[in-house]
Amino acid sequence: MNEAVIGQGIGKIYRLGEQGTAYTLLRERIFETAKAAFRKREAAPAPEPFWALKDVSFSIGQAEVIGLIGKNGAGKSTLLRILSRITEPTEGRIDLFGRVSSLLEVGIGFHPELSGRDNVYLNGAILGMSRNEIRRKFDEIVEFAEIAKFLDTPVKRYSSGMYVRLAFAVAAHLEPDILIVDEVLAVGDSAFQQKCLGKMRDIRSEGRTVIVVSHNMATIASLCQRVLWLDSGRVKMSGPTHETVSRYLSEGASHEMSWSPRHPSNAEFEYHTIYVVPADGQELTDSIPGDTAVDVVFEFSVVKPLADQRIELHVANEFGEVLFTTTSADPDRRRNHPWAIGRHTYVCHIPGNLLPPGRYRLSVTHPFGYWSSMHENILAFTITEQNSVFAIDGRAGMITPLLDWTRD
Amino acid sequence: MHTVIKPRRGLAQLDLAEVWEYRELLGYLAWRDIVVRYKQTSIGILWAFLRPFLTMVIFTVVFGRIAKLPSEGVPYAVFTFIALLPWQFFATAFAETAGSVVGNGYMITKIYFPRLILPLASIAVGIVDFLVSFVILILIMLWYRTPVSVHAWALPLFFLLCVVFTIGLGLFTAALYVRYRDMRHLIPFLTQFGLYVSPVAYSTTSVSPKWRFLFSLNPMTAVIDGFRWSLLGTTPLYVPGIIAGTATSIVLLVAGVYYFKVTERIFADVM
Repeated sequence: MNEAVIGQGIGKIYRLGEQGTAYTLLRERIFETAKAAFRKREAAPAPEPFWALKDVSFSIGQAEVIGLIGKNGAGKSTLLRILSRITEPTEGRIDLFGRVSSLLEVGIGFHPELSGRDNVYLNGAILGMSRNEIRRKFDEIVEFAEIAKFLDTPVKRYSSGMYVRLAFAVAAHLEPDILIVDEVLAVGDSAFQQKCLGKMRDIRSEGRTVIVVSHNMATIASLCQRVLWLDSGRVKMSGPTHETVSRYLSEGASHEMSWSPRHPSNAEFEYHTIYVVPADGQELTDSIPGDTAVDVVFEFSVVKPLADQRIELHVANEFGEVLFTTTSADPDRRRNHPWAIGRHTYVCHIPGNLLPPGRYRLSVTHPFGYWSSMHENILAFTITEQNSVFAIDGRAGMITPLLDWTRD
Repeated sequence: MHTVIKPRRGLAQLDLAEVWEYRELLGYLAWRDIVVRYKQTSIGILWAFLRPFLTMVIFTVVFGRIAKLPSEGVPYAVFTFIALLPWQFFATAFAETAGSVVGNGYMITKIYFPRLILPLASIAVGIVDFLVSFVILILIMLWYRTPVSVHAWALPLFFLLCVVFTIGLGLFTAALYVRYRDMRHLIPFLTQFGLYVSPVAYSTTSVSPKWRFLFSLNPMTAVIDGFRWSLLGTTPLYVPGIIAGTATSIVLLVAGVYYFKVTERIFADVM
C-alpha cells in the first residue's frame, strides 16, 4: 500500500505562564525591559515549556480513513492544526503525498453582508478551490445546501440551519487526496447530520485518505478503519478501530468524570479538580439514571485578593449544542460575586429529570482568565433511559424538565 | 504533489511563488473588503467621494484662508488636494493592513494559506479610494483651470513609492499587532502624527533648509513632493529628499517582510 501521510517524531511545545495569555501588551513589555535595566534583577523565571505533542509517529495509507481519538488536551487538536499547516511543529517531520484540504470549521471567511452566491466563491477560494472548479460545482453545491431560492440574499438573513448547510455544502465539494476533518462539523438538524456523515462515507469510497477527529465513538466506528489514540501528547495506541475504541472506552469512561489541570494556571486562582457525581451518593459512574440529580463539584484555591468574578458552567449535548449556562453568581441573581482567599469547594446542582437520555459535556470557564481560557469539554457523563421522563413518553425537546401544572 | 511539514529555522523563506498560487484568494479577499466597506455605510460609494472632498474643503478654509499658508502659487484647494490623494491612500491602506492579521484571526486559526495575502489584499481598499479621489482631483483641476505639468509621467512612480512604503510599514505593524494588542491605540496615533510631519497642508519649501533632509526621511514627504512636482511642476524636485525617502521605504519594506515572515510562524499560537 502506498503511504499518503507519514509523520515522524512530531513534537510541539507551548510556553505557558506568560501573563496567562499568549499575546501581551507592548506597554508591559516596555515596562519590564525598563525595570530589568534599572534593577539588574535576574530575569523573570523562564516560562515553563509544555509539550502538547511529543514523539508522535504514524503512517497512513492511501484511501485509508483514520480516526483520531483521545481526551481533551490529549493533543488531537494540536496534531490536526499541525497537519493542516496552521501551526508549525517544534520538531519532527510530516510528509503528505497529494492535495490536502483541512476542514476544522465550515464557512471560514463567510461574510454576513455578502450573498450566498458570493460567499460560495469566497469560501471556496479560501478552501483552495479555483474559480473554475467552483463554477463547475456551483449548481451541485446549491442543490446540496437546499438554498436555491436564497442565493442572492445576504447570508445575515439566513437561518442558522441554512447558513450551516451552505457552509458545509461548499466544503463537501472539495476534492482533495487527503482530507483532514474535525467531526464537530457535522452540525445542524439530525437529517442534515446524516447527510454529512453520508458524504464522508462517499469520500472514503472515492479512494481518498481521511483523517477525522471525533468524540463520538459511534461515528468513529462507522467511518474509520484504523484509530490513533493520543494521550497526554503521545500515541497511546494505534490499531484497528474496534479494538482501540473498546480499550479507549474502558479506560476513558471514568476519566471524563473528573478533571484536574495538566499544568498550573495563573497565580491568582487555581483549579485543583472538578468532578461529576450522582447526587444520590452512588459511586462515580459514567451512567446516571434519568431522575437522578447530578452534582458538579469545583475544588479550587484563591491565592490573591481578587475582584468580583464568577465561574461559568456550560452544559452541551453530544452535538456540541450548549443547552444552558449556569454561573456561580446565580444564587445572588447577580453578574459576579466576591471571592475569599483560601481553598473552596463549590457545588452546582443539576436537578434530575432535566436532561433527556444522552451524553453531556461540560465546559468550565477560568474566572480570571480571558474568554479563550475556557476549559472546553473537560467532563462528560451519560444520562440513561432508566427512570427517565423521556422513557415514559418519548417527549420532544432538548431538555425534559418536569414542571408544575395547576389542574382544577 | 508532495508537501513537507517541518519546523522552519533561521531566515524564513519568502516563497512569493506560493503567494502567486493563491492569487485568486487574494483577489476574493480584496473584493470582499471593498464590497463590504461600501455596503456597510448607508451612503455607499458616495462616501469615497465625500471624505477626501470634505477634508479638502476643511483644509482650504483652515490652512488656506485662515492661516494663509503659501501654496506654491496655485489655488490652495488644488495644492492640498494633490497631497491628500497619497496621504489618504496611506492612512486608509495602513490602517487596513495593520489590522488585517488580527482582524482575520479566526481564519488564521482555522485554515492554511500564505499569511502575506491578508495585508496585501487590504491594500486594495486604499487603491479604490485613491482612484475615486483621482477623479475628483481631475474635476477640481478643471474647475480651477490648473495646467498639468509635463512631469505627469512620473506620477505612477511616486504612487509606487507610496505603495511600497505603506506595505512595508503595514506588514511590520500587522505582525507587531498580533503580539502586542495595545498597538490598536498606537496605529491611529501614528497616522495622526504623520499628517503633521508630512507636507499635506503646507509646502516643503517652507521647511528650513537646515531641517529639510531630516524631514525627507519620512517617505511621505518624497511622495507628496513628487505628486506636486509631477502634476504642478511649480517647485523643482529636491533630489536628495526623494532618494532618502525611497531608501527609507525600501529598508522598511525589507524589514517589514522579514519581521512578518519570522513572526508568522506563531500567529496561530498567539491568536
